[in-house]
Amino acid sequence: MAKKKMAIIAAQGSLDWAYPPFILASTAAAMDMEVKIFFTFYGLPLLKPKISAKVTPAANPAMPMKMPFGPKAFQAIDWPIPHAVSGVVPGFDSMATALMKKQFKNKGVATITELREMCLALGVELIACQMTMDVFGFEEKDFVDGVTFAGAAAFLDFAADSDIQLFM
Amino acid sequence: MSHNDEIDCSGMSCPLPVVKSKMKIDTMNPGEVLKIITTDPGSCKDIPAWANRVGHEMIEEAEENGKYYFLVKRGE
Repeated sequence: MAKKKMAIIAAQGSLDWAYPPFILASTAAAMDMEVKIFFTFYGLPLLKPKISAKVTPAANPAMPMKMPFGPKAFQAIDWPIPHAVSGVVPGFDSMATALMKKQFKNKGVATITELREMCLALGVELIACQMTMDVFGFEEKDFVDGVTFAGAAAFLDFAADSDIQLFM
Repeated sequence: MSHNDEIDCSGMSCPLPVVKSKMKIDTMNPGEVLKIITTDPGSCKDIPAWANRVGHEMIEEAEENGKYYFLVKRGE
C-alpha cells in the first residue's frame, strides 16, 4: 500500500499556534505517513534553534486565563482579565506565555523544541519558504539542521498528491 | 499474555504516547509484542487508531487504577 501523505502550511508563529503543526506532523509520521510542513510568514521563526514564541491574550479573546499552580479550585478559575489590561500592561504577554508553558508542562505536553526534534527524527520534512525568508531577512544558517528550502510550486507539487492538506 | 518489551508513557500527553510507542516498536521484530502504559485518556482511542493504521495488531486493552494498558503485536 502506498504511503499516505500529509501537507501542512504553518503560517503562524505564536506559542499556541506553534503546537498544532508539530503535533499533527509527528503523529502522522508515527502513523507511517509521509509528511511535509511548509513554514511561511510568521511560521518561519519556528525553525530557528531557539524558539521564542509567545502568546498574546489580547488577540485571543477565547483564551482561558487559568493559573497552573495552587489548589484545584483556584486552578479552575478563569480570570476575567479586561482587554484594556491584557492589551496594554507591559509584560503581560510574557507572563501569559510563562503560564501557558507551565500549564503544558504540568499536563505532560512536550515542548515545541522537543516536538520539532521528534518530527525530524521521524523523517518529517521541514521546508522554509524561500520567498518569505528573503522578505524577512532570514538566511539558511539561521535555521536548525535538517530544514530544506523551497517555493510554493515545489510544495504544491507534493500537496497535490497528498491525502491530507492543512493550513494553520 | 506475555510481552517482549515495554514502554511507560505515564504522565505524557498527546502525541507523545503514540510517537514514543512508534519509536519503540520500530526497534522490535515483527510478531513481537509491546506493552504500552499510559495515563492520558486520549490514548485509549489514539493507540488503537495508530496500531490499526500502521498494521500492528491490538491484542489487549485494559484499565486499572487510573492507568491504561495496551498489548500491541508488531506487524510486518
